[in-house]
Amino acid sequence: MNVRLYVWQRATAAVMAPLVLGHIAVIFYATRQGLSAADILSRTRGSIVWAAYYGIFVAAASIHASIGIRNILSEWSPLNERRAGLIAIVFGLLLAALGARAVAAVVLS
Amino acid sequence: MIARQMKHRGDALWIAALVHRISGLALAIFLPFHFLALGLAIDGTARLDGFLRWTDQPLVKIAEGGLVLLLAAHLLGGLRILVIENFAWRDGQKQLATVAAAISLLVAVVFLARMF
Repeated sequence: MNVRLYVWQRATAAVMAPLVLGHIAVIFYATRQGLSAADILSRTRGSIVWAAYYGIFVAAASIHASIGIRNILSEWSPLNERRAGLIAIVFGLLLAALGARAVAAVVLS
Repeated sequence: MIARQMKHRGDALWIAALVHRISGLALAIFLPFHFLALGLAIDGTARLDGFLRWTDQPLVKIAEGGLVLLLAAHLLGGLRILVIENFAWRDGQKQLATVAAAISLLVAVVFLARMF
């Protein structure tokens, strides 16, 4: 892992730490009486705060996970650095696209 | 020779590093499915509700407990790494890693206890 990727990996980790704590709290709160779509959407629909919270979360997680996948592929698979990097970029873009779609689904629908 | 080379793999901090990597990999594999599930709301509540009813099955709830365990373990393992790299070294890293594992397990057990 080069220095640039190392810094991105740690910076996104630092951004996500409080977001993950908040997400675990939301998981506990949301599942207190079973999950329903109406419950979830009543909290998130039209909320700029939730859109920003989970938008930042998705962006940070996509970068963090793709760098992690790149490290694992280059250390634990026979792939060379270039191929590991390419797969990681595709994975990161897929995560970012699916995550943005999920945030849009619960905030805008 | 091989036994000597493998000896470090029984060390608590080597196991902590492995748990951090495996939990991160598992979460990365889970995330696209998580996003796809939430994306069901794009067509209204019916499809998301149908999926949520599927998650009421006991085995799915146990799997969700596993995901909470992975998330808590990866969070605490990551915090440990950030502290090691950005602050002065402190002794007792093995104890800290053990406490992190215990807290992760506790969070998952409490989650599962509330789900059943």
